Amino acid sequence: MTPATSRTERATTYAVLVVFAVIAVFPLLAVASQALGLPHPSAAAFTGAWRKGHFARYLTNSLIVVTVVVIAASALSVLAGYALGTMEFRGATVLFYVFLAGLMVPTEAIVVPLYFDLRSVGLDNTLPGLMLPQIAQSVSFGIFWMRAYFRSAPRALIEASRMDGASSWTTLWRVLLPVGRPAILTMIVLIAMWTWNEFLLALVIMNSNEDLRTAPLGLSIFQGEHQTEYQMLMAAALIVAAPVVLVYVFLQRHFIAGMLSGALKD
Amino acid sequence: MKPPATRTRPAADRTQGRPAGARPPGEPRRVAYLYVLPALLVYAAFLLWPLLHGAYLSLFHWDGLSVGTWAGLGNYTQAISDPHLRGTFWHAAVLVFFYAVLPCCIAFLLVAVMSRSRPRGLTFFRTVLFLPQVVAMVAVAVAWQWIYSEHGPVNGTLRLVGLGGLARGWLGDFTWALPSVGLIGTWAEIGLAMVLFLAGVQKIPRELYEAARVDGAGAVREFFAVTLPGLRRELSVALTLTIIAALRNFDLIYLTTGGGPGDATRVPAYEVYNRTFNTGEVGLACAIGIMIAVVVFAVTAGVGRLVEGRS
Repeated sequence: MTPATSRTERATTYAVLVVFAVIAVFPLLAVASQALGLPHPSAAAFTGAWRKGHFARYLTNSLIVVTVVVIAASALSVLAGYALGTMEFRGATVLFYVFLAGLMVPTEAIVVPLYFDLRSVGLDNTLPGLMLPQIAQSVSFGIFWMRAYFRSAPRALIEASRMDGASSWTTLWRVLLPVGRPAILTMIVLIAMWTWNEFLLALVIMNSNEDLRTAPLGLSIFQGEHQTEYQMLMAAALIVAAPVVLVYVFLQRHFIAGMLSGALKD
Repeated sequence: MKPPATRTRPAADRTQGRPAGARPPGEPRRVAYLYVLPALLVYAAFLLWPLLHGAYLSLFHWDGLSVGTWAGLGNYTQAISDPHLRGTFWHAAVLVFFYAVLPCCIAFLLVAVMSRSRPRGLTFFRTVLFLPQVVAMVAVAVAWQWIYSEHGPVNGTLRLVGLGGLARGWLGDFTWALPSVGLIGTWAEIGLAMVLFLAGVQKIPRELYEAARVDGAGAVREFFAVTLPGLRRELSVALTLTIIAALRNFDLIYLTTGGGPGDATRVPAYEVYNRTFNTGEVGLACAIGIMIAVVVFAVTAGVGRLVEGRS
């Protein structure tokens, strides 16, 4: 390879990367500049949207839902993933595939029966009614992810802990969890993102209780009420998208690794 | 996402040489079920049960209020034979082109012309390219609705270059609404494909490229002989993820066009909602939901086999 070719290649590479990076961020930058009213910056659109769209309440609701779903789904996934990844028992493989199948069940396939089921037990238009299905969806990924981690954990570590007479619970709690922090963090950020961004379930389950709308649902209602007031709409969109984007900027490695995890496995 | 092809080791491996029943201290047996049980309960009640319930409801004509009547597979035959519903599946196929085929082809060609060395600042570019994947669809929809609007940047650009005659409200146009929504999908998925292929291309041994050049292979031969085979795995993952994204796009359709104008952008994912809450055809909606699940299942199982030639 001559230095000249490699220089052209490098230039092409950067040109391609820059062009597509610009395409990726353009809509978001355009939204931000609209919302800020550039070139005459003001926060009026944000304060207007915040007040008229009741976003203080909706963001609080979203935060409560995300917190509960993340804690519950992570705990359940760690426990089940631990058993499926390190223990041998009848039905382990079948159980794993049953959980794995959940990754392929689209929300569209369960949302309608779920609506009637929740209504019949009085859980529609309640926070638990919105949280429980999302916990169920999240454990699918969580178990897939944590089982892979526990399987990759050094066998010797587990054996040694057992030789010391530690119970399975102590082995999990004292030995495996501290080492597994990165894997657990990845699981947490992904479940948090999916739960925060969930729209269809919120739309169907919170169909009449305005006080319990989540941030994305609130944004869609706000959009319906302020069709062409673009500046305020953009501010509202930024308010709803920002929390996830901020976390993403700091933990992008975890997001990308988790979302593409199909590619990382052999 | 693929099930890793693994099997639990036969118990004999580990208990060998020990008298039956005498396991080392802490060796778990039935306690395993206790660890799995809480997750299984929630999963069974709020995912498996609704799925089975949906399959059951799909066998009835039911408006959600009165007593349903047995339909057998009637809802499924209706979904296939009714021209309107068949149209929604056709729209889904068009969206698969925009969400999956287009982004994967573009990203693949681009990665092929890039240098194989690790470019500086790759982490930064990867973060930016992947960004559309983490932004709430609701916010994406609001942004693009403005971009496509009468006085949005698309029409602004057209007028600027003297093509003002082409300007229109893109999402309200019978011909252009579907491709316009599709291009939002292209925008969202192209970064995912590029990130995957960029990671993959760096794993291809450089010697393969050098050998190809020594053999006098041109750029095209090099592409087909080295890059394409080397990226099969990434290509199959990218296609699987993006095709599924194209089929599960209720959010974007509901929020940008509501299926309109007319039924120009109606897709199966939207009909599940529409038929339940607007027209009271719950059984039909459930049947469409099950059909989407079956297609997603088939794509997940099939694309890897097709692209990677696995059996």
